[in-house]
Amino acid sequence: MTSNPVPAIETMGLTRSFGQSRAVDAVNLTVPNQIVYGLLGPNGAGKTTVIRMLATLLRPHAGTARVFGYDVVRDADAVRRHVSLTGQFASLDCDLTCVENLVLLSRLLGYSRRDARSRAGELLEAYGLADAGRRQVMNLSGGMRRRLDIAASLILRPDLLFLDEPTTGLDPRGRQQTWEIIRAIVADGTTIVLTTQYLEEADQLADRIAVIDRGRVIAEGTSADLKGSLGAGTLHVRVLDSKQRAEAQALLSPLLGADVRPAADPAVLSARVAGTGAREMGRRATRALAELAAADVGVSEFALGQPTLDEVFLTLTGQPFASEIAEAKETR
Amino acid sequence: MNAAATQQPADILRGHPRLGDQPPRASGLSASWTFAWRAILKLKHVPEELADVIGIPILFTLMFNYLFGGALAGSTGRYLQFLLPGTLALAVTLVTIYSGVTLNTDLSSGAFDRFRSMPIWRPAPIVGGLIGDTGRYLLASALVIGLGLLMGFSPRAGVGGVLAAVGLLLAFAFGMGWMWTAIALVMRSPRAIMSIGLTVLFPLTFASNVFVEPTTMPGGLHTFVDINPISHLVTAERGLMAGTATTGQVVWVLVAGAALTAVFAPLTMRLYRNKE
Repeated sequence: MTSNPVPAIETMGLTRSFGQSRAVDAVNLTVPNQIVYGLLGPNGAGKTTVIRMLATLLRPHAGTARVFGYDVVRDADAVRRHVSLTGQFASLDCDLTCVENLVLLSRLLGYSRRDARSRAGELLEAYGLADAGRRQVMNLSGGMRRRLDIAASLILRPDLLFLDEPTTGLDPRGRQQTWEIIRAIVADGTTIVLTTQYLEEADQLADRIAVIDRGRVIAEGTSADLKGSLGAGTLHVRVLDSKQRAEAQALLSPLLGADVRPAADPAVLSARVAGTGAREMGRRATRALAELAAADVGVSEFALGQPTLDEVFLTLTGQPFASEIAEAKETR
Repeated sequence: MNAAATQQPADILRGHPRLGDQPPRASGLSASWTFAWRAILKLKHVPEELADVIGIPILFTLMFNYLFGGALAGSTGRYLQFLLPGTLALAVTLVTIYSGVTLNTDLSSGAFDRFRSMPIWRPAPIVGGLIGDTGRYLLASALVIGLGLLMGFSPRAGVGGVLAAVGLLLAFAFGMGWMWTAIALVMRSPRAIMSIGLTVLFPLTFASNVFVEPTTMPGGLHTFVDINPISHLVTAERGLMAGTATTGQVVWVLVAGAALTAVFAPLTMRLYRNKE
């Protein structure tokens, strides 16, 4: 495929309100072709609203959005000829069987009855659903439903695929499978825009990330750009016995010349080592480790590296990533 | 992933036609037929959703006939000949509410989001849904007529008359269906449509000639029954099944069906186009 000079998506001042609240507030995005673009943000940040406007389901209240150069309002039909949407909840008819869903959609895209059946069969096989063809969608597991939902977007090869929270609610295996599928689709030349509330997912999959909070894009770039924007390294220390954490904290603060804070995990400390070169940081960290050993504080993990996206989010918004907090609470 | 699978996710798109390239998409008509097929499939998979609206006419046929038939017409057998075309019309009229209920349910579903983001004729899901609803009307008709035949109903116009009566009923119901789709696009929940539907249709069907001729009713009510479209429908149904229908009676119903379509089809389309 030749590289298309027209970006897959270009929005200018894209805005949409619901009642008094601005769900999407003056969003400017440029999504190049043939990459995975991640919209990262907590629940209610406006990610889904952005996707729905780009997929011609919602009209913007201000600003413009173009998909492959076509305006999502004026040329909505042209946009629909290039995009496929896999929504947050199954974009399938839950009363129908897997085969019926795929045949229905294939028929709508112009397949003959016979070709629709064979395409449905191909897709079911490729997505590990060959044995589930006659089952109603409502009786599928979350992971199977997700795979069918993605397969349903690939009856014809879309130029742009929207995946709204493709792995929310999946178990680790289901998530892994979905990631593999996403990588395969983008390798074939389709541009993917996915929303996620998982930092790790954005980190793993997305070539570029827009961090969205309360309807605004608060940062944009590659994962490395975002982490690098903090201009600092991070130190993580996990003590063997969480009772010794306070002691370790007292030892480390002066040695590192940085603010060492207790993390949510009762055995973990983290510190941003600012304003020093990599060499100096390494030297300080080594000394800190020796100091801990001398004081007989057992250490099970000691890592020096780039900040995580969580820390990026914390720095940008002044608050930790909301969904992760909620999850930490749930697991307790 | 199944290791034995010949196709892998990565292979499924390679060399496959692109969405933007595929020249002949389904025409508006063919897309509508596909959605009609979907409606029939849903009827097959979840027939129980029709239980209440079909249950009511069956219950009424049994109840009115055996409770009041003797008193109203001298014998239950004679009353049934009068009653059955009426409960048939009642059954199908009530089932039309489901066109609204289904559309409203669909609108909030992920499946509809997908349909609306696809390059197909926009009104196809609604038009196709209404065509598919014919399956429901036929099912309701078959149940009521079947019950009637078991109870001793014998239409004088024979099979042809009954088929003509069902055909006319379908034409009227198609118009009613558009009314419910328009309502579905402004209401918030399927349940609200169901309760509006029953609130409107119960008085309308009772204040008609479904159960008794209006001759003994007080003046105002008598006038209302005479202008009630349901009465006109029932009169035509009775006429067709007995072989006594006049052209005027049949045309009146066809015009009413066409008028409902002429008003509510454009309204539905307009509301749907602006729906988000």
